[in-house]
Amino acid sequence: MATDWQALDRGPVIPGGSSVAYRTGDWRQERPVLDLQRCVHCMLCWLYCPDSAIRTAGGRVVDIDYDHCKGCGVCAAVCPPRANAIRMVPEGAP
Amino acid sequence: MTRRMGLTGNEAVALAWKQLRPHVVAAYPITPATQIVERFSEYVAHGEVDTEFVPVESEHSALSACVGAAAAGARVLTATASQGLALMHEVLYIASGLRLPIVMNVANRALSAPINIHGDHSDTMGSRDAGWVQVYARNVQDAYDRTLLAVWVAERARLPVMVCLDGFTLTHSLEPVEVYPDEAVREFVGEAPPDGYTLLGGEPITVGPLALPDSYMEFRRALAAAMERVPRVLEEGVRAFRQHFGRDLPPLVEAKGTEDADVALVILGSYADSAEQAALRGRVRGQRAGLVRVVTFRPFPAAALREALAGARDVVVLERADTLSGLGGPLGVEVRAALYGLPQAPRVTDVIFGLGGRELRDAELDALLRSELPGGVVYLGVEGAHVLEPA
Repeated sequence: MATDWQALDRGPVIPGGSSVAYRTGDWRQERPVLDLQRCVHCMLCWLYCPDSAIRTAGGRVVDIDYDHCKGCGVCAAVCPPRANAIRMVPEGAP
Repeated sequence: MTRRMGLTGNEAVALAWKQLRPHVVAAYPITPATQIVERFSEYVAHGEVDTEFVPVESEHSALSACVGAAAAGARVLTATASQGLALMHEVLYIASGLRLPIVMNVANRALSAPINIHGDHSDTMGSRDAGWVQVYARNVQDAYDRTLLAVWVAERARLPVMVCLDGFTLTHSLEPVEVYPDEAVREFVGEAPPDGYTLLGGEPITVGPLALPDSYMEFRRALAAAMERVPRVLEEGVRAFRQHFGRDLPPLVEAKGTEDADVALVILGSYADSAEQAALRGRVRGQRAGLVRVVTFRPFPAAALREALAGARDVVVLERADTLSGLGGPLGVEVRAALYGLPQAPRVTDVIFGLGGRELRDAELDALLRSELPGGVVYLGVEGAHVLEPA
């Protein structure tokens, strides 16, 4: 950060929602890959994702926000076995 | 109309709180501060003030609740003492680091072990580097006045302020107090912090985000600068105070008879009265004695002390805390630091007295002033080997 201390007299206060701009996706070692053909849109992954990285529209799963997904694998773990729509693959793998 | 009332220190502070009409008070008060919050909660229960009173489960939670409320822009007050302040220690730094104008009354009291409930300054001296402004009251009137002034100062310096009053000797002593009209207090402090945070406002904000090595130091430097500006804010504050209430409050130090003093006593808190009388008795004996009461300990009034003490041959610091560092008490250490480098700097004798509520007797002060002052550190009134032999 290049802010001089003289500009910080308000104390440590920043605009809300700044975590949207903070890309945490590059921490990821494994990437969840979503197969929309198999997805039953039960929304369990959306419910459990600790980073709000499952994007939805109209009550249906759309895709995964890789800028913020840290690759924890919770989505794959809670995906119903018979749907099995999310696979974890190592980052860098095809 | 100003009313003259008989009030204990605790009652006077509770009355000041009622007149300040804080939005939030969160407390888990410990003896001897208990009665401040006890009395104030009665005002709330009787509908005399519409404060959100939050009785929490610990002192740590009390100050945490205050932090949240202050971040929402509220005027926030609390009180504690001794072990309670020690339990708040972690949150003290958060309050100052977030620049929250919380005002806390501390009824000064010893720390365990051994367990003791009586007065000394060990508790607030343990918080001296937490980024809070610290002022020490001389008497009950001063505790009342300084509590009102503290809100004005905290909200303009955007720093938390501790108003310290000696446990029992002030908290439980009944003294005549001139109480100002509610409307005058209202006009002095206004409805709410003039420049508060707006955590609950229209624009979302984050208060207290992570600041790693690339920015933490800049925030801390800015905090130091805020503390450096406090003397100026205090000057403005006492001027406004005089306009509203007609009373002069010395902002940093209160000096008596130091202009020509050979021996100057330096003290914090309520024993200033005893010290002033001892200096006057010295004058009667032909000794040129003076007194400096340190009102504001944080930020440390080094320049004012240098000015008041430069001409003295001997400085006798009287204090009720110890750093246990081998260097004496905190006030003595800092007075020495302030005087360092002066040409013909006075010799400083650091006298530690009154720990755990032990009384300081006039005869002891007189013996001290009549003795050959040794410099160094003296534990006055302790049973066992003495550095000073009684006269």
